Amino acid sequence: MATDKTATEKKQRSTGKSTSLPSREGDGRSRSPELPDKKTALELLEKMILIRRFEERAQEMYMKAKIGGFLHLCIGEEATVVGTTSVLEDIDYLISTYREHGQAIARGTDPKFVMAELFGRETGVSHGRGGSMHLFDAERRFMGGYGIVGGNLPLAAGIALASDYRGESSVTVCMFGDGASNQGTFGETMNLAALWKLPVVFIVINNQYGMGTALERHSAVTDLSKKAECLGVPGDRVDGMDVLAVRECVREHLRIAREDRQPTLVEALTYRFRGHSAADPEVYRTKEEVDEWRKRDPIVVYGELLKREGLIDDAGIEELDRRATGIVDQAVEFADQSPEPVLESLYDNVYALGEQVQGWYTVDERTPEVHPGEQEHEIGATGVVHELAEAGAAHAAAGDVQRRRRRDASTNGPADEAQDDEEEQT
Amino acid sequence: MAVMRYREALNLALREEMQRDESVFLMGEDVGVFQGAFKVTQGLLEEFGEKRVRDTPISENTIVGMGVGAAMTGLRPIVEIMTVNFALLAMDQIINSAAHIHYMFGGQVKVPVVVRFPQGGGHQLGPTHSHTMEAMFLQVPGLLVAVPSTPADARALLKAAIRDDNPVIFIEHETLYGMRGEVPETDGLVRFGEAAVRREGSDVTIVGISRMAITAEKAADILASEEEIEAEVIDPRTLRPLDLDTILTSVQKTNRCVVVEEGWPHGGVGANLAALIQEQAFDYLDAPIQRVTGADVPMPYSKALEQAAIPHEEHVVKAAVATFRDV
Repeated sequence: MATDKTATEKKQRSTGKSTSLPSREGDGRSRSPELPDKKTALELLEKMILIRRFEERAQEMYMKAKIGGFLHLCIGEEATVVGTTSVLEDIDYLISTYREHGQAIARGTDPKFVMAELFGRETGVSHGRGGSMHLFDAERRFMGGYGIVGGNLPLAAGIALASDYRGESSVTVCMFGDGASNQGTFGETMNLAALWKLPVVFIVINNQYGMGTALERHSAVTDLSKKAECLGVPGDRVDGMDVLAVRECVREHLRIAREDRQPTLVEALTYRFRGHSAADPEVYRTKEEVDEWRKRDPIVVYGELLKREGLIDDAGIEELDRRATGIVDQAVEFADQSPEPVLESLYDNVYALGEQVQGWYTVDERTPEVHPGEQEHEIGATGVVHELAEAGAAHAAAGDVQRRRRRDASTNGPADEAQDDEEEQT
Repeated sequence: MAVMRYREALNLALREEMQRDESVFLMGEDVGVFQGAFKVTQGLLEEFGEKRVRDTPISENTIVGMGVGAAMTGLRPIVEIMTVNFALLAMDQIINSAAHIHYMFGGQVKVPVVVRFPQGGGHQLGPTHSHTMEAMFLQVPGLLVAVPSTPADARALLKAAIRDDNPVIFIEHETLYGMRGEVPETDGLVRFGEAAVRREGSDVTIVGISRMAITAEKAADILASEEEIEAEVIDPRTLRPLDLDTILTSVQKTNRCVVVEEGWPHGGVGANLAALIQEQAFDYLDAPIQRVTGADVPMPYSKALEQAAIPHEEHVVKAAVATFRDV
């Protein structure tokens, strides 16, 4: 029976005898990659710590209802994120999923603009229109987080096609989860990328679960690095808990994409220590399994390595931690003090305005008063539309904190789920 | 003026825009070697080469998504989908990506992609190749939607679509590809959001969508000769933006209105227009707004059933006459 099988699998997995650990022979990944220079080596640690502290604080802010909607944290996956971004060049593009705070920060977006986006403020990277799942930073060629699983793969191929079209040497790195490998866009995009020899590196962040469905229960082929081979995209596996291994592996695949025009698929084996989203009771995995993976915490393991190599000591790590906490403190303060988007901006950027689309009012609904379309903007801004928008926005003040805490209490989440008992009345 | 077919006018627009702008390229199923399923792209591969005329695998969602991705970096891709029913496979990328990206990323990036496909019944292609679905796209904020019914508009609007910075859904009509019409020699564009008054009249306003603009004109001729009713025929040409003011001005003059579309009745273009017109011109109406729509069925294969499911001039005449009933 399927349920028995699942239970057995769960038990096996909880013993730590996971099929997901790097096991491929002769691929060189078992060797310890060489340390980069001291400055770079410490920067990797610092970035991972910053992302960790950011995510933890985001969870706190979510519990205080400062952040709405869904919140997907990448805690546990920092080595995969930072290892990848650390070898990207400025001209390269990065595109991600809805679990992308880490990618944005690692790519260089100021954490305060990321936090402000989570708070839904005008100062956020996407001006409060996208939220946690839809960060974007054009300047840093971070081409966005996307809320549709597998939805970013075609976009990545299109961006890579544009680089190719223009004869540029940019490579596009497309990160997605194990769950996305079951979408039609996975197969379609792999085929097209290989067919047209596009400069793209696909990185599947295999964190073992598509939401709450374990890899073995959602994918017939569990070695995801092989999943695109028959479509012309060779794969590689890397220990996603090892920032240096990820770095070395992705660097080579970037080269293959840039020089050989061969798209590849890198499977980073990793684990998210937190739930799928901030409101996940985690009934699908055991505490033992989580604990087993936590022993391989990428930040702890890498910190120990740097200590052994004499590049840093405990005090140095504490200093990095203190600095990260300071940056996150400032990010929260900035977000909290930032203005909400003004109500008049509700229709901004529905269209790129130009000769043909001179204002949203030419295509949108009209206010009740009878009038020609060109007067709508004026009437909308000052008249009944504004009144109604204010009336609608007033509903946003309802107290989510209690509701969120009740839900959290009833789901009986694991002990590591940050519990914040501070009273916050909105 | 040159006389050419609708497909030739589209071909000319593609050729002219690709000659004008290096960033314009075409991708789609069988647009190259095969010369296009409906021959719209004939000769373009020879002229522009494989880099700019790209045959794709049958992967609608991904080729639209690739068009969106390329557009995000500033290229101007034109993605051809073979028929509207196949565009349903790409609805994810059309709505979740193309239509939303400019808004959800706070205006940081534009998506100047054109997605072209034909719709419509009449060739006995049955229930998976013949529907009329402009209303589905009309509903989505962020998209521009064009429904040209003449060769001149096909050329002018396609050129305008390619030059626009927004994602455009450009809906052609399968039975119009062979239609001939006059096309101006000039490099004229038609702005989106400007309706065409095809025939002036003072008694009833008939709004025809896509090919139904032509059916409406035929009906107007019958109404004039047999019923002594002078109909004003309006072809909105684009549904987003919609030139509602031209329609309202006409209704204020005629006090009667019929909306004709080939698509399904529920939530259709006519349903939408009827709501907009009664909101903005209720006091001017002397009769309920009439809708003429395709039948509320999947498109049947049988020639007789298919024709019975599509609106014809007789349906429009009946609806127009009905607006003169005593109420």
